[in-house]
Amino acid sequence: MKIESRIAMGLAALMLVALYYMPFWTISMSAPQYPEGIGMHIHIDNVTGHNRHDLQSINTLNHYIGMAEIHKEDFPEFEIIPWVIGFMIGFGILVAVLGNFKLAIAWFVLMIILGIIGLVDFYLWGYDYGHNLSPDAPIKVPGMSYQPPLIGCKQLLNIKACSWPYTGSIFIGFSMLLAGGAAWYEKTKNR
Amino acid sequence: MTNNRSKSLRGLLLAAGFIAMAAFIFTGCPSQQRMLDTGDAAQKVYVAPGEHDEYYGFFSGGYSGQLSVWGLPSTRLLRVIPVFSQDPETAYGYSEETKPLFETSYGFIPWDDSHHPHISQTNGNADGRWIFINANNTPRIARIDLATFDTKEILEIPNTGGNHASSFVTSNTEYVIGGTRFSIPYEEDLDVPIDSYSQEFRGALTFVAVDEETGRMDLDFQVVVPPYNYDLGRAGKGPSADWVFFTTYNTEEAHTMLEVNASRADKDFIAAINWRKAAQLVRDGHGSTMPGEYYHNYYIGKQGYAINDIKNGVTVLDTREIDEDFIYYLPTPKSPHGVDIDPTGEYIVGGGKLATVIPVHSFSRMLEAIENGDIIDRIDGIPVLDYDSTIIGEVENPGLGPLHTEFDGQGYAYTSVYISSEIVKWSLETFEVVDRIDAYYSIGHLLITAGDNVNPEPRYMIGLTKTAKDRYLPTGPKQNHPAQLYDISGGRMQLLKDFPTIGEPHYAQAIRADKIVDRVAQIYEMEENDHPHAIRRIVDNRIEREGNVVRIFMGSTRSHFRPDNIEGIRVGDTVYVHLTNFEQEWDVVHGIAIKGANNSEILVAPGQTKTMKWEPTRTGIYPFYCTAFCSALHQEMQGYIRVSAADSDVPLTWRTGTN
Repeated sequence: MKIESRIAMGLAALMLVALYYMPFWTISMSAPQYPEGIGMHIHIDNVTGHNRHDLQSINTLNHYIGMAEIHKEDFPEFEIIPWVIGFMIGFGILVAVLGNFKLAIAWFVLMIILGIIGLVDFYLWGYDYGHNLSPDAPIKVPGMSYQPPLIGCKQLLNIKACSWPYTGSIFIGFSMLLAGGAAWYEKTKNR
Repeated sequence: MTNNRSKSLRGLLLAAGFIAMAAFIFTGCPSQQRMLDTGDAAQKVYVAPGEHDEYYGFFSGGYSGQLSVWGLPSTRLLRVIPVFSQDPETAYGYSEETKPLFETSYGFIPWDDSHHPHISQTNGNADGRWIFINANNTPRIARIDLATFDTKEILEIPNTGGNHASSFVTSNTEYVIGGTRFSIPYEEDLDVPIDSYSQEFRGALTFVAVDEETGRMDLDFQVVVPPYNYDLGRAGKGPSADWVFFTTYNTEEAHTMLEVNASRADKDFIAAINWRKAAQLVRDGHGSTMPGEYYHNYYIGKQGYAINDIKNGVTVLDTREIDEDFIYYLPTPKSPHGVDIDPTGEYIVGGGKLATVIPVHSFSRMLEAIENGDIIDRIDGIPVLDYDSTIIGEVENPGLGPLHTEFDGQGYAYTSVYISSEIVKWSLETFEVVDRIDAYYSIGHLLITAGDNVNPEPRYMIGLTKTAKDRYLPTGPKQNHPAQLYDISGGRMQLLKDFPTIGEPHYAQAIRADKIVDRVAQIYEMEENDHPHAIRRIVDNRIEREGNVVRIFMGSTRSHFRPDNIEGIRVGDTVYVHLTNFEQEWDVVHGIAIKGANNSEILVAPGQTKTMKWEPTRTGIYPFYCTAFCSALHQEMQGYIRVSAADSDVPLTWRTGTN
């Protein structure tokens, strides 16, 4: 691999460091009673409120429809993902150092697979929270489930829930562009 | 004959017509004139739904003992802060946390007459941190925190009868002042004949130091002065920032029928005190200590519960015993009421309520007079300065009964005039009246936005009037006190709005909203709840009995209490319900009311713990419920307490959620 491609691979790996510092996903909820907005940020190792106490308020609201409370401790993913990202950073730097084209492709493909796994996992959790409702729920609307949208917006009773990638995902995007660009460059150069 | 008579009648009518026309041409029809230029008034006070006002207005409640908070210019009522009044709405003065605020050396006093709110200042401008307000009847000063809009502290002022000349702050809130309206025997509880007035009675002027970080008050010293009535006070500004000024009346030393006997003298005094020098005299050991018990009640802890700190003894400066001059009397016409200092700190305006002019003293001329020794007399060691050497102007034709003056920072002063029920605007350069406008009716104080600041904002003025009479829909023999909002941004004063207020506002202040908005708390952080009877997690709810004292450690969250079924309470128990509100969301409050409890409801803000004391006297089942419409299932937020006979052996149990 040429030096430019190796630098690009190194940068692609380092971009992922941002995920330790900022959330990569956001779910924002709007309702008449919440002019100030309310919502959650998803980090690789945590789930937090947009505002300091949003998570508590969301749990309070959710208990009326029988949804399980959202607590960081309930997600084993938060223990695993930081290691996975750490591995990808190390692997990426190794690819840059070795300059091995095949490994670069492997890194890129692995990233895509991990992304798909992440989205599927996110969907399954959303499904679980949205459908697995307590029979003691004070508010029961026949036929209603409360699965948040995977991406986009959805009206759930009085709340409009919107789910979008957040700042951390911009860095994932840059990372993929850099790695993909390097691979593309190497491939066309060798042709 | 007939012809002649009709001729003279015609002449008479003609003359009358001419006179009427002349009267109209030369004087105009004032009410119509003003009606013409209020055409855009509605637009000027309109604040669209969801939009915020530009100013906070803080109006004293007078005999209602509270402080009301208004948005200006819309005159929307934002909040009523109970200060010297029990408030069953918020349980202020009913909850165990707030009851100690009302303790005094005379016992529990749940009411007072609050007159003069004054916002803390930095460099002569209101900073929006705290607001102080006086209690007139049983002398006290309260401090309200403008982060939470609640009363945090009440300090009793000893040796004082009617703390009216209060609670004005100095330029950097070094001191908040108090002054006795009634002179009384300085040594409290002294049992003497009333006609020993001139021998035994004294006045006291109080200097309360304010901690610059916490706002906590501390009675630093009092100045003992001759037995007059000390009416109002103000701190100086800029060059006069080291001085405070008090008006006096009753220099006649009357103790009966004051309306006659205290109105005889042509001049009374404005007392000018160099507070910095007085404080230095105290630091240098010139003061003596007078015994005197007083209560200092203040909140401790992050979310606040009041305690009583009982103090004894006051440091006193007695002018009869101190050779150095730090206080001067400025003769001022006819029982002056207000004393107001212009933004430059140069002009000292007296509101001679029985005077035919508004007297204006010059601070620099006062200093010169002191320098030159223009002293015409000494009273108990206090130099009396020569009127002609301190006075710089007398405003002619101010109307009848000028009381208070505010300034716009553009060279004009605005004086409220009680008897002729108007506000007069006059120039600080020519000392001539330039405009006047009606007040409805009988105006007391007035405010200008950021008034009494070094940098007033000449936007709005409010006149606080005493009687409504026919201004609004009638509400019986006693009606709410009115206020009028004026636009003073143009050359002439323009009436924008007339609105009823709450209580009986005396003084009021307005401050730009952005000086406060960012400091306002939305919740009490549960993590910081250091109330000794708080529960940290709602699952920690429990009940503890110690003899006849039962403590219920209860939690609330939407939409239930924990616990909500309680048994084992007995007649004769003293029950404390410590309710912790676990919500951490702005404006989500819970309350609790128990049937038959001789108390108000207890309203608890998010993250706060409040306590209701309840002494059940009858056996039975006592329902309790959440008084705040907290959620969709608010009506389900309820519980039962079983009260058994005094000798019952029903065990103490509590539960939630198991039917």
